[in-house]
Amino acid sequence: MPLTKRIIPCLDVDHGKVVKGIHFLNLREAGNPAELAKRYSEEGADELVFLDVTASPEKRKILMDTVERVAAEIDIPFTVGGGIQSLSDARAVLCSGADKVSINTAAVERPSLITKLSETFGRQCVVVAIDTKRRYEKERGKFTVETKEGGCWFEVYTYGGRRPTGLDAVQWAAKVEELGAGEILLTSMDRDGTEKGFDWELTRSVSENVNIPVIASGGAGKPEHFLEAFTFGKADAALAASIFHYNKYSIQFIKRFLKDKGVEVRL
Amino acid sequence: MPKAVIMDYGVGNLYSLKCALSKVGFTPLIGLSRILLKQADAVILPGVGNFSAASRRLTALREYLVNLAKGGVPFFGICLGMQLMFQKSEEGPGEGLALLEGENTRLPRSVKVPHMGWNTVVVLKPTALFENLESPFYCYFVHSYYPVPSDGGVIYAETIYGVKFASVVVKQNVFGTQFHPEKSGSAGLKLLENFLNFVKR
Repeated sequence: MPLTKRIIPCLDVDHGKVVKGIHFLNLREAGNPAELAKRYSEEGADELVFLDVTASPEKRKILMDTVERVAAEIDIPFTVGGGIQSLSDARAVLCSGADKVSINTAAVERPSLITKLSETFGRQCVVVAIDTKRRYEKERGKFTVETKEGGCWFEVYTYGGRRPTGLDAVQWAAKVEELGAGEILLTSMDRDGTEKGFDWELTRSVSENVNIPVIASGGAGKPEHFLEAFTFGKADAALAASIFHYNKYSIQFIKRFLKDKGVEVRL
Repeated sequence: MPKAVIMDYGVGNLYSLKCALSKVGFTPLIGLSRILLKQADAVILPGVGNFSAASRRLTALREYLVNLAKGGVPFFGICLGMQLMFQKSEEGPGEGLALLEGENTRLPRSVKVPHMGWNTVVVLKPTALFENLESPFYCYFVHSYYPVPSDGGVIYAETIYGVKFASVVVKQNVFGTQFHPEKSGSAGLKLLENFLNFVKR
């Protein structure tokens, strides 16, 4: 039996509460982080991701006590992101019980931070989160993909999806691998919260161009979407939020579905 | 409750390990001193950091630790901690504790490295650690190197990732897992609980 595909519930946290928006906006409350984390850990989640979604746009530090409360409740790997700007921010998060840190805005603004984190804590600790939107207007030098909706490239956004950077997501992913990232958390803002399915064309484009694990994110609405992310999208893991928060499908249900379709998962 | 001393030789998350050890009934203590080790009912070599750096930080305590292990104090090495119980590593210069004979080598280039995620642990023979665990079971791995024991007899479980490697090694009171029991859900906690029962014996 090979390495299994991972199912990762994501807790987007705003001032200590789990929230979920659509296209990164209109956040609404979805529960208590520690309680949800415990539930997901018991229900068979393979990992958890905790993102302080307003830390970066509000330029403040992550809520460390929430991180500690979550870490104490679970016995699976745990990634924390949002507003991590420096080695000392990362160290504080890791000492509070996180196994990996996820950086996004800071990685774009200071790519050397990726290398510093990797050299200090090890590559396995460093997740680079990439938020993207499709761009259908042709631009020279961009990694263009033919999709059902036409040829497009994928633009990287920072500050919780508020700022376009002009960077090409596929090229940026290859760059962060070279700089020392251990994993890529790849989110389609177009699909975020829509439950219309992962943008597996995006996932595949990145996965085929890097040699580190890629987590597909944004758009999970039903079990078939996870299957698409793993088969068409070549993802190593798939992340979802609303589908789990609102009890649409349990993690076990999705895993059984995948297992029946021949995808290796931990049951 | 038995005291488990977690050797603080690296950088990274020791909090989860501490929480997991208390959950199963240890009193966890974190540090890197003889005073602390004198109280140890068990010594834990955790899985954070880099071989050379950890080896350097253990230099002053090396002889003391080896004597503790030889004196029968139970040792549990996790991931890098397990690798440190062997002699050397391809990861970099420095000596391990040599409680077990063999060297650590890099995972093959044919697979994505680090090996990160849940993989199957296949039991080869029984040990106290595997009480009430059914083979195979899933555990969480994060590593780029793995130990190759000179004596195959110490290998109690194996895992396949590009290559078949020892995922659990045991020699009397010395235990090592290449995966992270503190991150491996109920199977991992069971293993730590079994270790506690061994310590209590």
